[in-house]
Amino acid sequence: MLSETTPPQTAASGAVQVPPTRRNPQTNESSWRGLLRWESALVVALAGALIYGHRTTNFWNATNFFYIGLNIGEIAIMALPLTLIVITGEIDLSVASMLGLSSTLLGYLYLHGWPIGFAIVAVLVVGAIGGALNGVLVTRLGLPSIAVTIGTLTLFRGLAEIILGAKSVGKFPATLTKIGVIPIPHTQIAYSVGCFVVLAIIYGVVLHAMPVGRSIFAIGLQPEAAHFSGIRVKRIKLMLYVLSGTVCSFAGVLWTMRFATSRYDAGTGLELNVVAIVLFGGISIFGGRGSIVGVVLATAVMACIQQALTLRNVDAQVRNIVTGVLLLISVVLPNIATGIHRLRERRRLRNRDRLAHRAPDLHQPTTTTTEGQRA
Amino acid sequence: MSLTVAPISRPGGVRRSELLLRARELSIVLALLIVFGFTTLKNHEFANAASIRQLLSGASLVALLAVGQTLVVVTRNVDLSVGSVLGLSAYLVGTLFRAHPNAPIALAFLVGIGVGVLIGAINGIITTVTRVPSLVVTLAMLYIVRGVDAEIVNAKQIDPTLIPHSFQVVGYEHIFGIPWLAIIVTVIVIAVGFYMRSFRAGRDLYAIGSNPDAATLAGVPSGRRVFTAFVVSGGLAGLGGALFLAQFATVNATGGSGYELNVVAAVVVGGVAIFGGSGTVFGAALGALLLNTINQALVAAKVSAFWNQAVAGALLLAAIAFDRWLSLRVERLESGRGERHVV
Repeated sequence: MLSETTPPQTAASGAVQVPPTRRNPQTNESSWRGLLRWESALVVALAGALIYGHRTTNFWNATNFFYIGLNIGEIAIMALPLTLIVITGEIDLSVASMLGLSSTLLGYLYLHGWPIGFAIVAVLVVGAIGGALNGVLVTRLGLPSIAVTIGTLTLFRGLAEIILGAKSVGKFPATLTKIGVIPIPHTQIAYSVGCFVVLAIIYGVVLHAMPVGRSIFAIGLQPEAAHFSGIRVKRIKLMLYVLSGTVCSFAGVLWTMRFATSRYDAGTGLELNVVAIVLFGGISIFGGRGSIVGVVLATAVMACIQQALTLRNVDAQVRNIVTGVLLLISVVLPNIATGIHRLRERRRLRNRDRLAHRAPDLHQPTTTTTEGQRA
Repeated sequence: MSLTVAPISRPGGVRRSELLLRARELSIVLALLIVFGFTTLKNHEFANAASIRQLLSGASLVALLAVGQTLVVVTRNVDLSVGSVLGLSAYLVGTLFRAHPNAPIALAFLVGIGVGVLIGAINGIITTVTRVPSLVVTLAMLYIVRGVDAEIVNAKQIDPTLIPHSFQVVGYEHIFGIPWLAIIVTVIVIAVGFYMRSFRAGRDLYAIGSNPDAATLAGVPSGRRVFTAFVVSGGLAGLGGALFLAQFATVNATGGSGYELNVVAAVVVGGVAIFGGSGTVFGAALGALLLNTINQALVAAKVSAFWNQAVAGALLLAAIAFDRWLSLRVERLESGRGERHVV
């Protein structure tokens, strides 16, 4: 479902009768072109979102943009490591539970007299361990990541529930909780957005300009080929899961600061929002395709639309429709486009075939051949 | 294309893997009995009739949805929209009763199933026609249906007074000591299970999940079968919505949210391979029963309810690890030599 088949290959079953001139739809060149198209579509969508916002009162002011960032910060941060994981053809659904677990643990440790700095470090370590658990189960035992991370989704949330139960911890030091709700000095950027931008640049460089980034794409496109060309597939996937766990627990720390409280149910259900942003950003669920730029743009589009709808007093649940429709459009449109392209190509080839086959029947080989070549 | 090859061509292999499948269901039954036995030792109330009835009716809805989910997962797809479908269907059935207090019960069920079939058909069409991965399609539908539900509900809720008594009977009454809910779900499980086992269309689902390309080349109408699987999954989720309303007699905009992950968990614990091609609805239904029994056992054994989720999660991980171990053993048994695949 996730990694073993890719749509072009499935569709290429018709390719059995097709002559070898047929171009492989998954060549680097065409996917690169598709990628460019998707990102330009996202820029248009962003412009659309801003225009829609423009027609909403109170949209164009600095405070509003601060809140736009504040509301999406943690989700955006968690989307970055997930992007890399999805590009390798795996998935991590435990991200929001890890956020909840680390928020809970931070509260618990602080309640039990740990200095807040140590508590944060401990939480990040636990995040790395949780990520490693995912990674080991996926890479060493060879279990499907969707099943594993649904399991750890429940497990991490359950651990959080055991740690704090129905209690909630407040009274964090004011210097810290202020960070969660004030912008970076002299700007209107929330601290979580600042972290997101820094992380996005790092991730972008790693994914698009470093050898390990190319390896990640190679793993997603064809794990076996990547393995045989010397890429340490399992180790890279494991590292990505550890990274995801750590970054998500960092998002949990930010979440705790923003709400100045820690509860076991922090961020319940956010995993689907995170997955939605990654997919909306043009990352193929089958792996091997996508870019950080796309995810950053998708985050911006999603944040602006959600905020504009909030300003228009649209109910949070109803706003889900927009998330869903955007997600659907983002995958259906490119597929329809390639489908039409493929259909046209096949028809063209079939016509040529038919003309070529007709040749002996008509006893006029010369004319039909030229016709066929022209077609 | 598929990395782990299951050689099913030899007759011995078929028999052996079928045996192991049966062993899979037996192992769930065994786990059920162990959990049940230990809990009863700690708390004798756990084994009385009312408690068992609660175990059965508590698992019924998830088991029902797990049946539909099995059909979809066996074809190497997934349906994440079931929780939202259940919520929407429950509310619409409630709306029917609000508008027509004397509406016949059969009509209520038809409305519920109809809503589900409609959404299942949308899922199926988008998945098969545009070849978009079903995980994405149904994730989007999860949001859209939930949003539509919230728009219709508009912060109101269905009150128990609106629901006719004869309808509520289905949800919490029992006959010969067995809850109606459990009877309905059991009948559906057996019917679908038989269909999957003995009918050509049912076998086609397994063929599609084992190797989509090979199935298409062998003349299996893949698109139509996958579409049907989504329609059945949606329809059962819709029926689940009607039964949800019958059971709880009240529903608001969040009814059924989060069910999708419980259902997928039940299916996986029940031994249905998440990459398609194997597993039965009996296993999935037993998986739902096992998860619910463990939850209730923790309560009965006076373990804090806060442990529920962690135990369920650990169990889920154990179940898939066990499955993997089992399938590796099958592979080794059937290939004779211990050939391993690289990635």
